[in-house]
Amino acid sequence: MNAISRRGFASGLLLSFAFSPALAQQTTPIAPRRLPGSLNTNRRLDAWLHIGSDGKVTVCTGKVEIGQGAVTALMQIAAEELDILPGRITMVSGDTALTPDEGVTAGSQSMENGGSALRYAAAEARAILLEKASARLGAPAAALRVQDGMVSAPNGNGVSYWALAEEGLLRREATASVQPKPPAEHRIVGQPVGRLDIPAKVSGQPIYVQDMRMPGMLFGRVVRPPSYAARLISVDLDAVRAMPGVVAVVRDGRFLGLVARREEQAIKAQRALAAAARWEIPASLPEPAALHAHLRAMKTDDTISNEKHAEAPAVAQRFSASYTKPYLAHASIGPSCAVAQYAEDKASLRVWSHTQGVFPLRADLAKVLGLPLDKLRVTHVQGSGCYGHNGADDVALDAALLARAVPGKPVKLQWMRDEEFAWEPYNPAMVVEVSAGLSAEGRIVDWTHDVWSQHHNNRPGNPTRGINLLAAWHLEQPHQPPYPRALPQPAGSGDRNAVPPYDLPNQKIVHHLIPEMVLRTSALRTLGAFGNVFAIECFMDELGEAAGQDPVAFRLAHMKDTRARAVIEAAARLANWQPGARGDGSQGRGIAFAKYKNVSCYVACVVEVAVDRTTGEIRVPRVFAVVDAGQVINPDGLRNQIDGGIIQALSWSLKEAVQFTPQGVTSRDWQGYPILTFPEVPKVETVLLNHPDLPPLGSGEASQGPAGAALGNALKHATGLRLRAFPYTPDRVKAALNRS
Amino acid sequence: MAAITLTVNGARHQVAAEADTPLLYVLRNDLELNGPRFGCGQGQCGACTVLVDGVPTRSCVTELGTLAGRQITTLEGLASQGRLHALQRAFIAEQAAQCGYCTNGMIMAAKALLETTPEPSEPEIRDALAHYLCRCGTHNRIVAAVQRAVREG
Repeated sequence: MNAISRRGFASGLLLSFAFSPALAQQTTPIAPRRLPGSLNTNRRLDAWLHIGSDGKVTVCTGKVEIGQGAVTALMQIAAEELDILPGRITMVSGDTALTPDEGVTAGSQSMENGGSALRYAAAEARAILLEKASARLGAPAAALRVQDGMVSAPNGNGVSYWALAEEGLLRREATASVQPKPPAEHRIVGQPVGRLDIPAKVSGQPIYVQDMRMPGMLFGRVVRPPSYAARLISVDLDAVRAMPGVVAVVRDGRFLGLVARREEQAIKAQRALAAAARWEIPASLPEPAALHAHLRAMKTDDTISNEKHAEAPAVAQRFSASYTKPYLAHASIGPSCAVAQYAEDKASLRVWSHTQGVFPLRADLAKVLGLPLDKLRVTHVQGSGCYGHNGADDVALDAALLARAVPGKPVKLQWMRDEEFAWEPYNPAMVVEVSAGLSAEGRIVDWTHDVWSQHHNNRPGNPTRGINLLAAWHLEQPHQPPYPRALPQPAGSGDRNAVPPYDLPNQKIVHHLIPEMVLRTSALRTLGAFGNVFAIECFMDELGEAAGQDPVAFRLAHMKDTRARAVIEAAARLANWQPGARGDGSQGRGIAFAKYKNVSCYVACVVEVAVDRTTGEIRVPRVFAVVDAGQVINPDGLRNQIDGGIIQALSWSLKEAVQFTPQGVTSRDWQGYPILTFPEVPKVETVLLNHPDLPPLGSGEASQGPAGAALGNALKHATGLRLRAFPYTPDRVKAALNRS
Repeated sequence: MAAITLTVNGARHQVAAEADTPLLYVLRNDLELNGPRFGCGQGQCGACTVLVDGVPTRSCVTELGTLAGRQITTLEGLASQGRLHALQRAFIAEQAAQCGYCTNGMIMAAKALLETTPEPSEPEIRDALAHYLCRCGTHNRIVAAVQRAVREG
């Protein structure tokens, strides 16, 4: 069974839903009561759930699987509230024709928004079924018990959900008036249920968009300009048209592409087309050595992210420091891919994509292609891990532009490695300047934090004017990207986690948003939090050292939040933290803490390092992490996210920086952009502090900030070197050690 | 375009493709196999790995013309009599994947390792996988899965 037939099956099954956003709007009262999570904007029960008379349950979610296990966790929530075995459930996710619109799967919001919605929807569906069962069985609903969909009355009589299910049962507004189960009664939530998608992935069953095969399918490839600013002088398309297997060649402005019968033919033609194009390549980027000074001097739109003032002791000592990080790539292992198929009459289009947001992608595609929304269906199919906004959306437009040249034929297009590396929107380079005053008693009296960064969220679907899809900027009639605007706290963007989590009497946090595109940027896991936590948590160690206090004690002295204190204390215990222990010149450890977005998951990390002072090479043998993610839905999935986040963040911190010259991006393969490898990966020991009575908190982006900052503090503890610029490559560490 | 005969997972296939075609595209598009995946096309990441006469080989840079008479094994060829291979079972038991895009290369490399070193040490496992890239940070689970496969055979 391939992805197509699976979707086809699902679409037939769901025809009875009669779900449409327009209908949902019509039935929405003028001032509706706020409902939990995404239920608030998708208020019909049958948008979320379908109970079949065949004993099968379909759960629809606007959230999608991007390798983070979200769809499995959502399935657990639905099974729990419905009192059915997980095996009865078919999950349908991310389809503009079938599922609720939950925006993008991002910001660690799937449990908080999607999970909350499903929990209340399923609890209400169960209550509706029990009401019917009550009438059927002649027993009060409160006296009924449910086991895997079989409802039984105290007198032993029973009836199943499947016998009660009928057309239109859930065709009604959600009220969220039925309280979900108390955590003490959970049997499926909180268990390490195996991921739904892993068996297919280890056995080679088709599951990725890359695995889609359709009758008559053709293969597309594009030829990008050599740089953002390159101008196309001339291109000879005829020679490429004559190549074996080539079906169509497309030129629209400086967008170039082709369609061929076989994939290797498309790749050969792509090379020929690239060779046939002549470009002028102006020097449009800053000198890389002066990048951060260049960013610091650019025009900015400034907002005050947070400011507070209170009585405080006099400042005895004043400190300041500047931290920087480079542009980072998502560097997905599989380059982005999409399948697009126009109808023969070109009046409608289907797109299969591993986008994080089928609805936002559809909105931008519709504008660029000139199609009405209801003629364009976008269906999510899994791809390689994205970790944020990579090339997924862009390649969907590429595929659509090529499919338009061969109406009726599906066109599959996967970017080549260099296209993903050179054109994906990067995580922005950042400059963070921090300053603080310490009292005579060693307490922080005031704190400032100024962050310079391009925008961290330039996704498609921006409701203002402009398009965030790459090819749209290259067309003969080009679209422009929307003007980037700062996003409000606490989520923020470049200023995410820029507000220190400590209780300080005076603080001012300013976000200097650079609107101009230097390198193309958008969302990578944590947005600005990775850079901001690096600065805050390393600066905390600098201040603690000046105050003559241990890093753990210094943090606790400025922290009232009991959950934050608990994770910091538990991490210190787990790592056998010895206050006052000295590094020996090469080995040491560091701690760091963050509460993601200042309102979400709590993580403290202790990182151990061993530094080779002659080569500058840093080895990380062990990392300890303690996590409070509120209620744990799936402990194994949570660990996988936390541990993976730590390892990815250490890769960012130790190795990664997008390379460029004034003429363009030069890191276009894995040699130019190395990542952490098996022998370099540390042991990770993670402890979860479960709070079943508290809301679940997203975890996919919670551990990266603390991991990177703890590495910085560990390097200082081991060697005495305070290095305020990532990445900690051997050359940079060696040079800094030689200077110090 | 000449017909080339390939032996894949024990079965012979006639493929109409140029001799310089990378094996990967034929496996995926002609034979409709999904295990080997396109990652880099340059032999750097390992996602496309297959075994050629038991040797882990990057199918994205291996031309069809070099494969006459060779035995090619893909991820799909590891299961026998409807039962997944011990490595595949161990990857499920350890939940050793996030996105899973690199998983093919990990399992195929581990399969080749266990053929020559049936009881590898942890550093030997890490070294055998040193040139197989994982971006999700699932490395330690992958190592644990290989160790489990050794234990549970």
